[in-house]
Amino acid sequence: MTHPQDQHPSQDARTLPARDHNASEALLERVRQAAATGTALRLVGGGSKGFYGRPVVSETLSLAEHTGIVNYDPVELVVTVRAGTRLADLQAVLAQEGQQLAFEPPHFGENATVGGTVACGLSGPRRPWAGSVRDFVLGTRMITHDGKRLHFGGEVMKNVAGYDLSRLMVGAQGTLGIIDEVSFKVLPRPAASATLRLEMGLGDAMARLAEWGRKPMPITGAAHDGETLHLRLEGGASSVANTQAQLGGEPDDTAFWTQLRELELAFFSRRHDDRPLWRLSLPHRAPPLALDGDTLVDWAGAQRWLRSELPAATIRQHAAQAGGHATLVDRDRAHGVDAPFTPLSVVMDKYHRQLKAKLDPKGIFNPGRLYEGL
Amino acid sequence: MNILFDERLDGTLPAVDKDALVTHLTAHLPDMTLLHREEDLRPFECDGLSAYRVLPMLVALPDTLEQVEALLGICHAQGVPVVTRGAGTGLSGGALPLEKGVLLVMSRFSRILDIDPEARTARVQPGVRNLAISEAAAPHGLYYAPDPSSQIACSIGGNVAENAGGVHCLKYGLTVHNVLAVNILTIEGEHITLGSEALDTPGFDLLALFTGSEGMLGVITEITVKLLPKPESAKVLMASFDDVEKAGKAVGDIIAAGIIPGGLEMMDRLAIQAAENFVKAGYPVEAEAILLCELDGVEADVHDDCETVRRVLEAAGATDIRLARDDAERATFWAGRKNAFPAVGRMSPDYYCMDGTIPRRELPRVLKGIADLSATHGLRVANVFHAGDGNMHPLILFDANAPGELALAEEVGGKILELCVEVGGSITGEHGVGREKINQMCAQFSPDEITVFHAVKAAFDPLGLLNPGKNIPTLARCAEFGAMHVHHGNLPHPELPRF
Ligand SMILES: Cc1cc2nc3c(=O)[nH]c(=O)nc-3n(C[C@H](O)[C@H](O)[C@H](O)COP(=O)(O)OP(=O)(O)OC[C@H]3O[C@@H](n4cnc5c(N)ncnc54)[C@H](O)[C@@H]3O)c2cc1C
Ligand SMILES: Cc1cc2nc3c(=O)[nH]c(=O)nc-3n(C[C@H](O)[C@H](O)[C@H](O)COP(=O)(O)OP(=O)(O)OC[C@H]3O[C@@H](n4cnc5c(N)ncnc54)[C@H](O)[C@@H]3O)c2cc1C
Repeated sequence: MTHPQDQHPSQDARTLPARDHNASEALLERVRQAAATGTALRLVGGGSKGFYGRPVVSETLSLAEHTGIVNYDPVELVVTVRAGTRLADLQAVLAQEGQQLAFEPPHFGENATVGGTVACGLSGPRRPWAGSVRDFVLGTRMITHDGKRLHFGGEVMKNVAGYDLSRLMVGAQGTLGIIDEVSFKVLPRPAASATLRLEMGLGDAMARLAEWGRKPMPITGAAHDGETLHLRLEGGASSVANTQAQLGGEPDDTAFWTQLRELELAFFSRRHDDRPLWRLSLPHRAPPLALDGDTLVDWAGAQRWLRSELPAATIRQHAAQAGGHATLVDRDRAHGVDAPFTPLSVVMDKYHRQLKAKLDPKGIFNPGRLYEGL
Repeated sequence: MNILFDERLDGTLPAVDKDALVTHLTAHLPDMTLLHREEDLRPFECDGLSAYRVLPMLVALPDTLEQVEALLGICHAQGVPVVTRGAGTGLSGGALPLEKGVLLVMSRFSRILDIDPEARTARVQPGVRNLAISEAAAPHGLYYAPDPSSQIACSIGGNVAENAGGVHCLKYGLTVHNVLAVNILTIEGEHITLGSEALDTPGFDLLALFTGSEGMLGVITEITVKLLPKPESAKVLMASFDDVEKAGKAVGDIIAAGIIPGGLEMMDRLAIQAAENFVKAGYPVEAEAILLCELDGVEADVHDDCETVRRVLEAAGATDIRLARDDAERATFWAGRKNAFPAVGRMSPDYYCMDGTIPRRELPRVLKGIADLSATHGLRVANVFHAGDGNMHPLILFDANAPGELALAEEVGGKILELCVEVGGSITGEHGVGREKINQMCAQFSPDEITVFHAVKAAFDPLGLLNPGKNIPTLARCAEFGAMHVHHGNLPHPELPRF
């Protein structure tokens, strides 16, 4: 088994002292050439999330050299960063100021980049309470199909001028344009945090979570592994202490959330279990799905990880009936899998294609990464 | 007046035979209210930006989705422009009618379809008033967070179309952060659902794209919003300052202390006086500025945060700090702020409300710039400010009956917005571009960026029938009117024809 990051060229970039490197001009030049010759480009950030999508047949365009924090003003709660910057580097800078990316993005490898994080649109355990990647994107500079570097959104909290192209980039996997720079809203890290283990069955846990969800409680993580409800409390010191006293349970070390976010808990290990891993995104109160396999529940029920041999169609049908969708996540497939994402309806597919045709008419950006022909 | 639709600059609109269209629509949609006589159309000639009025060709007031679908089908087939309207409280002329277009009014879709306390969601029709959602959710201890000051009147459909904000945005987000799903009718009459009760959907984030798209990409027919548990406790501190700059700096200090207030609002002297005269909120009329800082959440934290904020405000030089004694006084403190617009409206025959955003650190510079503009143009300006998230609402006082004053107010407004862009901000934080700021778009975006916006529009509405002329200017308009800075004597877009 090869891990995607083992083979990635940007591995060395980490050791370079000068991380403030603006490669925009070189990137623009590559895109102009690709546009002129109609050559497709596979956008590569840190090589950490190659598995999350479909394989792309094309030339590689690495963004890993385009690094650095362009602007960070903690009091404004805004940071602007080049897309190739390592996520870990950004987070370290924010931590120095007592701030964070509240959507808690998974890394899936130490080289994960900010651009890949935004392009994949994945958020961590805090998502249902704090919001998702796109909720924190304030603006982007993007490189368009015709080799222009354009600015949408900005570095202010509120901006409704024009269409929201910045948030459209989130989760588009680079199929609509290259993310050159991103501005995020950042938030203070909570003053206090505690993790509890409460032994209870899934049914009980879901009922309790539904009840707590209707109260103003400082919950920012809720996962159930079949036997135990793992609960994270974050907020002011007083409310965290009070809630902890009220709920009881066993204190737990907080590494649980990192392992959950990075899919590194035993549940996700392929050594003992080689059944495919599915990510089900469902309404949080959807009852457990009648699917053979093992489930780990995160996001207070809104994200469920399933290990199951069942055919994709069966899993997707159950997820759709429950009001959600299912994604196949195979971290061993460094270049991606054939059909990871739930197919779009006919009308949605039409508008996806029309949008792609307008923003990337020659299909040079990551063709086929999300869906065939897109 | 250069903001009314001008076919020379904004593109030709198809010529439609009104009588034939009325006959056709009446035949196909006999049960739908269709207004076509001038006296019936008159009440619909403007939205909240009442300085601009255009009589629509027709007004349609459908009651059912089938009617909306059929209407769009006919308009699409015959090439008739459609302007969608909610409650018509928009302040940027986004729902300003077109002489050659149908005004599609969604206000009859006013049913709350479902409040689900377990799911913490509300499913509503687009014409439902913003406040009605929170009222319906209240018995369950829940509420809908975005609270524009117009919340008693504005529709949730209009909120989604404008990505409306309110005084609690910094902590609880804008409309885009609080909507889970919307149903859309495309101009071709297709039903699509964007988003879902699950927290993400496959494919592009079209929900984010449609939010704030000002009725240009589709007609919103149903909305599912997220409801939040009411905070256990909420407290408001009111701090007075003898200097606007000190108040501005205090805002940054509060955030630097690691606190994200539920609301953080600032008003200057003129706004304070106007509000005090109007609602008797107990504001200190001698102060140069006040800050209203609401802290909400779990009781224990609110208590601690209040102490921290009080210390920060003292250190920042506040001359007086008052904590609202109880919920009644808290409501009174807010009433002054929430009624600031009408309050200013009582001081002057007319006022013009701006909506620029800036990085907060630029506040002193921008306030100084506004004061200078006010002095040189001889128009008073009152400042109301969502200080926490850098969204300014300068209110320019003028008299539309005095010759030239509207034009002067617009000029001052335009210059304020350009100043916002210059310091790294935006021409609109929540009210939208609509028709009002169509020329200033050219100051914020380059022709290439505007071209991308047109491309997005064309992906959903290739014929350009939905709300033509709003939100995104044509390049021809930018070349002619854009405050497009003539740098060093070079005209922008020399390649474009000038008429
Ligand atoms: C030497 C080498 C050879 C490879 N050969 C193949 C091959 O033959 N076939 C194949 O399918 N894959 C191949 N891959 C893997 C594949 O190119 C990448 O893994 C995949 O494109 C995702 O990139 P990532 O994991 O680096 O992205 P991450 O940084 O983890 O990003 C994840 C996603 O975001 C996109 N993205 C990243 N940054 C940006 C940005 N700034 N703007 C917009 N989008 C962005 C990526 O394209 C990807 O879709 C190869 C990789 C390498 C290093
Ligand atoms: C006194 C006052 C205070 C205000 N305070 C605030 C504030 O604090 N924050 C804030 O954000 N705004 C504020 N506003 C502005 C206004 O209330 C908001 O923009 C509101 O969202 C408009 O809603 P509406 O239903 O009135 O929409 P309208 O004015 O009818 O329409 C606004 C736009 O939405 C589109 N639209 C409406 N319904 C639909 C639909 N169903 N489908 C597609 N498009 C549609 C229209 O085409 C138009 O472009 C204020 C206005 C007033 C008069």
